[in-house]
Amino acid sequence: MAAAQDGDRAGYERLLREILPLLRSIAGRWHRADRAEDVVQDILLTIHRVRHTYDPSRPLSHWLATIAKRRAIDALRSRGRTEKIEVFDEDSYVTFADPAANKESSVRDQAPGLGAAIAALPDSQREALELLKLRELSLAEASTVSGKSISALKVNVHRAIKSLRAQIKKE
Amino acid sequence: MPPSTDQLIELLARGAAPVKRLRPPLVRATLWLLAVAAVAALVVPFFANFALFDEKLRDAKFILELIGTLLTGIAAVVAAFYMSLPDRSPAWALLPLPPLVLWLASSGYNCYRDWIVTGTNGWALGETTACFGTIMGFSVPIGIALVLVIRRARPIAPVPVAAIGGLGVAALSAFLLQFNHDVDASFLDLGVHAAAILLVIAVAAIVARIPRAPI
Repeated sequence: MAAAQDGDRAGYERLLREILPLLRSIAGRWHRADRAEDVVQDILLTIHRVRHTYDPSRPLSHWLATIAKRRAIDALRSRGRTEKIEVFDEDSYVTFADPAANKESSVRDQAPGLGAAIAALPDSQREALELLKLRELSLAEASTVSGKSISALKVNVHRAIKSLRAQIKKE
Repeated sequence: MPPSTDQLIELLARGAAPVKRLRPPLVRATLWLLAVAAVAALVVPFFANFALFDEKLRDAKFILELIGTLLTGIAAVVAAFYMSLPDRSPAWALLPLPPLVLWLASSGYNCYRDWIVTGTNGWALGETTACFGTIMGFSVPIGIALVLVIRRARPIAPVPVAAIGGLGVAALSAFLLQFNHDVDASFLDLGVHAAAILLVIAVAAIVARIPRAPI
């Protein structure tokens, strides 16, 4: 970790892979297997963000375990809050009687070229779209991961969505 | 598709620029306290009433209260610096407890004595509202200065850090207030001080809870 703080990227990657079993076991204590991996990713992002707070003279495992435990519990709390306000809408799967009303959603569902359209986007736009919309990271997290500024990410994701929309309408 | 954990690790490692390690929390807390002391030394002469302060210093109980207030401030700020780091024990929150007890006991005793001497006159509201304003007035700039330094640690549990930091900020403000405090402690005065301190702690904790993107 000390080497990673000094910018040793290969060492950092090796370390993150080595600690995965520990993180998975901690996340697994509070979360079901299908959600635990999301929590593990969240813990990795937090470790990345606060890596400057690690003091090499102290045990790494304690530092890691405290962060992991804390983030796992935070995820549990935020899931509780989300489930409290989210309503299961049975009707959302029912199509409307008026065919015209279904048009927009069916256009979206049937957009076969969406994957291709995303693949055809310029790299910076595709990356912004993947991080912010598909992976649903916050702007700050996406900025940490990609190394791009928040304003650049905003511009790129806006342009990506605009060109995808134009593409889908055309089809 | 969201990136797999493997891809995420690659992304993080690729973007891992060298980072500057934080200095030990005690060093950071000491530097911060020295900076606040330096600014206070410049500001206090403009509002202090040294004649009154000298007169009050003859009272041993007042000195105890003064020491209790200052130590509570210092201990709570040091505790907040420790608690802002992920691997330090939350038990640091207990550090300001002994001086806090000294502060409350000595000012409580002074109130009791004042009550015996002046009777119910001590309940008159007047100067005490100014104390409230002074504590808040000092707390805002000191609080902002503390947030600016502590946020570098990006605390993963910000609420307790903010609450203990708020106690430190309010205690330091109450200490500075003593340089021009012509009301000798009355129950109401103590109540107003306590209300101001609790308000500072509550504001700090609420601000810390506001959901936001990680800094």
